[in-house]
Amino acid sequence: MSATLAEDMLGARIGQPWKKPPFIRRPWLRWTLLIGGLLYFVVAMGSMEVNWTRVWQGLDRGWQFVLAFTNPDFTSKATDIREGLIESAIMSIAATVVGIGLSIPIALGAARNIAPLPIYLFCRGIVALSRALNEIIVAILLVAIFGFGPMAGFLTLSFATIGFMAKLLAEDIEDLDRSQAEAVRATGARWSQWIDYGVQPQVMPRLIGLSMYRLDINFRESAVLGLVGAGGIGATLNTAFDRYEFDTAAAILLIIIAVVMALEYLSGIIRARVQ
Amino acid sequence: MPQVIAGDGTKIWMLRDRRSQFLRWGAWLVGTIVFLWCWQRISSATEWFFVWGAPEVAADIGSRALPPRWSYMEKLWEPLWDTINIATLGTFFALIMAVPVAFLAARNTTPSALFVRPLALLVIVSTRSINSLIWALLLVAIIGPGIFAGMVAISIRSIGFCAKLLYEAIEEIDTKQVEAVTATGASRWQVMAYGIVPQIMPAFAGIAVFRWDINIRESTVLGLVGAGGIGLQLKGSLDTLAWPQVTLILIVIFATVILSEWVSAKVRGAVI
Repeated sequence: MSATLAEDMLGARIGQPWKKPPFIRRPWLRWTLLIGGLLYFVVAMGSMEVNWTRVWQGLDRGWQFVLAFTNPDFTSKATDIREGLIESAIMSIAATVVGIGLSIPIALGAARNIAPLPIYLFCRGIVALSRALNEIIVAILLVAIFGFGPMAGFLTLSFATIGFMAKLLAEDIEDLDRSQAEAVRATGARWSQWIDYGVQPQVMPRLIGLSMYRLDINFRESAVLGLVGAGGIGATLNTAFDRYEFDTAAAILLIIIAVVMALEYLSGIIRARVQ
Repeated sequence: MPQVIAGDGTKIWMLRDRRSQFLRWGAWLVGTIVFLWCWQRISSATEWFFVWGAPEVAADIGSRALPPRWSYMEKLWEPLWDTINIATLGTFFALIMAVPVAFLAARNTTPSALFVRPLALLVIVSTRSINSLIWALLLVAIIGPGIFAGMVAISIRSIGFCAKLLYEAIEEIDTKQVEAVTATGASRWQVMAYGIVPQIMPAFAGIAVFRWDINIRESTVLGLVGAGGIGLQLKGSLDTLAWPQVTLILIVIFATVILSEWVSAKVRGAVI
């Protein structure tokens, strides 16, 4: 019965031209998404007011900016750029160290196979809060509380590092090989020894890799914290833009790109070596 | 195995040999010195007087900020709609630009590994390293304040991110399917459409939604530099020290971010 049915179906298909199967199989969902998307696109584009004459005038300035990249000015504001860069580097290094130091206990607390439920929920709450708040918003609040300067930036980056590191580290701890941890526990190890010899060696490579990655992110973020007064190269960049000194701004952007690329390359090498 | 020989000739097991012990100790020493130096620089640039007063200031701001001014909500709907538009349209245009860049950057589809690929990688790196807020700052200076500047900033910033993830997905495709399509005599474009695109479609949808989620977060603050959206109201409220409004805006942003994360998790769960 079913064999004949299959043959019938096959017979119906043979001779028909082949058609590519659609990405979304259910037709009603496909059409709803498509039409809804188109409608949204039209409405959204309609609600966007673009002053084309202003854009047209701006293109000239934009072209000047592009030209500035071919002739960046590293020298005339060299002291400001150097100070800003050092401050950014300091903020990101200190925040990475402190953030990782704080995120390790929180990660242990946020791993379900290690922590009891109340501690787990508390630590997951910290992680969720830190991840949901944008760095800039945290920086604005901290600048209002602690005043202008690198202190606010340092605290912002530390806070953001906690959410990032604790979440990824906790996931890694939850994935660990139970038999190794069990073996250490079977020798009669204390809880601290169990963490140190059973858990720590398994997550250490990932911890190092993530730390490098986070250092990279923190440097990138420190470049914008200056816009809200939290210190770093962002303040220098903001001043350069405000004065329409595009050649200096281009120089700063090129430096940021170079540092980020170097850090990314370095962290790639270190991660490849430890894993 | 590293070991030391004690005075009476017995061998004692050690975790590390002498050399790596010294190396580790030295690395820790250097790291600590660097950290302390950084801390000292931060501390010297800080007015500690303000820091010690911080708890009082925080409590003061907190008492002013609560309760949130709910009636302000009616002025927030439009900026919120703008914010979502910035993120969504920005992601859309970013994807349109990211797809060709990704195909040019992937080792197995690039027309020329020597000339085109480095260029595509340069586009990816340079758009990715610069934060969307800096792009917005730049675009506000160039094309004037408004939603359009924010949208362009978001889409430029997203090109690198999407193209990087996409070209990694393209490089990991199953070559057998591509070969099978090639063996039927398909042209270069047909191979792409029938051999490569169906394989990367799930990754593409996942990346799109993932980036959309990030863009919602980022577009909430673009207004701080004048690029439209709810950040503009936030800046206005902060500048006039209207703390109850700031609280309300933060609540709205928080809710939007949570919602977008939920949507993105749902869609990615359905696709992958």
